[in-house]
Amino acid sequence: MSEPVLSIRGLSVEIPSRTGTVKPVDGVSYDIRAGEILGVVGESGAGKSMAGNAVIGLLTPPAHIAAGEIWLNGTRIDALQGEDMRRLRGKKIGMVFQDPLTSLNPLLSIGDQLSETMLTHLDISRNEARKRSIAALEEVGIPGAAERIDSYPHEFSGGMRQRVVIALALCAEPSLIIADEPTTALDVSVQAQIIALLKRLCRERGTAVMLITHDMGVIAEAADRVAVMYAGRLAELGNVRDVLTAPRHPYTQGLMASTPLASQGKARLHQIEGAMPRLNKVPEGCPFHPRCTFAQDKCRAAPSPQITDGAAACWFPIAAEKVS
Amino acid sequence: MSLISVKSLTRVFDVSKPWLNRVIERRPKALLTAVSEVDFEVAERSTYALVGESGSGKSTIGRMLVGLLKPTSGNVEINGVDLASESDAAKIDLIRSDIQMIFQDPFASLNPRWRVRDIIVEPVVARGGDATGLAEKLLEQVGLSALDAGKFPHEFSGGQRQRICIARALSSEPKLIVCDEPTSALDVSVQAQVLNLMSDLKDNFGLTYVLISHDLTVVQHMADRIGVLYLGRLVEEASPEDLFADTKHPYTKMLLEAAPRMDGFGREAELPEGEIPDPINPPSGCAFHPRCPIARDICKAERPVMRPLGNTRVACHLAE
Repeated sequence: MSEPVLSIRGLSVEIPSRTGTVKPVDGVSYDIRAGEILGVVGESGAGKSMAGNAVIGLLTPPAHIAAGEIWLNGTRIDALQGEDMRRLRGKKIGMVFQDPLTSLNPLLSIGDQLSETMLTHLDISRNEARKRSIAALEEVGIPGAAERIDSYPHEFSGGMRQRVVIALALCAEPSLIIADEPTTALDVSVQAQIIALLKRLCRERGTAVMLITHDMGVIAEAADRVAVMYAGRLAELGNVRDVLTAPRHPYTQGLMASTPLASQGKARLHQIEGAMPRLNKVPEGCPFHPRCTFAQDKCRAAPSPQITDGAAACWFPIAAEKVS
Repeated sequence: MSLISVKSLTRVFDVSKPWLNRVIERRPKALLTAVSEVDFEVAERSTYALVGESGSGKSTIGRMLVGLLKPTSGNVEINGVDLASESDAAKIDLIRSDIQMIFQDPFASLNPRWRVRDIIVEPVVARGGDATGLAEKLLEQVGLSALDAGKFPHEFSGGQRQRICIARALSSEPKLIVCDEPTSALDVSVQAQVLNLMSDLKDNFGLTYVLISHDLTVVQHMADRIGVLYLGRLVEEASPEDLFADTKHPYTKMLLEAAPRMDGFGREAELPEGEIPDPINPPSGCAFHPRCPIARDICKAERPVMRPLGNTRVACHLAE
């Protein structure tokens, strides 16, 4: 097996505040290999975006990495500062945000934005950058790329804008792309197109993708492996088919059961009681225990175990045979 | 008996530039037809769902149902009364007290300066009714505590706020609640709680829901009848069973194919063509024809009318 492109070890992010320090990310470890899509799934406040921002060095102070290591292609990057980080960002790691309108500069044509990124990171001429920009737009499926390269972001529809953002993220040929809810602002039919595009590019170029989303359906269709997060911690990590068909963590199981399914008809939905704890009130022990139907004394006392691939952060994981 | 009867409902918005710009730039008026000749009926104590992508006019229809917008043409009758043209004020008031609405964003639809008690009883107090103890009772019915009545909205999470919105909608004992994307701002596990609550309340209070959503799985779970909208036009209407098992309209087929599936591991969905066209200059004939895999010449020339096909109604020349 090849070396992972991205390797996160025991990553913790802390935000100090007057009322105490909160930990939006707490001891998270996972790897992403080349050509692999890792789905990071969780509800709002689970820390999934915060972990992505930590990797690309976009934490807003006072949030900071408090512990852990981030390795990209064998280089440790979590302590990089200023210019070193800037060189990495865009060159080695591309980022696709949720809202394509706010992540493009409305005052520059998309050709200028693509060229700017390439000229910053690659040693090429202006003409070459323009040529490559057109090629990049063609690759992400924008019809008439040569004519549209001088258009401005407002002249594109939502789906086309997100394609431009993906072209931007890919134009310096990074080895890792972080896609933070790339389809949440889009309609179902456009979402399918964007997900297919990400999958194709990832496969053809061998780019590693961290796909952050709250949509289990998107994860099922796009991801190879999945990391389920809850209250800043990793609840379960493994092959997407294993985790979704036979979840071992009670939270993953509850999450799957509470999603309305086509086959289910009008049957009452399973519901997990309560809501995810606020970050300043994460309970002792396993953070899920107040909502867990299987919780025992050990869950209240001891923090849930830190996990590696194919495991659930639970003292009493659901055995595979019990899952019907 | 049908509670709501909608007949060739149309709403046009004027999205022109200001008068002076139009004169200088010699541009015509720009008219956006958000809803175009929509017909449907909603039976009492049932859930009617309107699904569509953005720009399909589903929220505009919802707003016309409750009377927040006036139709450009066509009408909405609730219990036989057309709110837009009725002149008897007493009759209008009676019907209005039967209608409530739940909005998408529970962070924007609650006044941050009001206590929860005042928010919930507002529909009753506004009509001069007695609201003693009402907020406390309703809070318990939607799964919150009576003690929450004295708190402010910011003290609650998104799911709890949506419960407060539901309690407010229930306070005037309405017959009809129009729910505009009630769960799309919520997380999956909280969404399940709110959907279950809505089902329970419907049974307990004999409510009728008009559910507006873009999420096909939610709609399938909740609705008795589903209307699919595309570019302001109703293209297909059927029961959930028929709609999902025996889909008639090519747009609905495309939508169902494109929706991500929980069991679709590594699925390569058949990709939809193109995007929703500009509603200011909609395509001629059938609005879906530029993206339709089976379109023929007649689809470009003639707008299909809604016709019954089994238990489904469909607006397509070629559906069978």
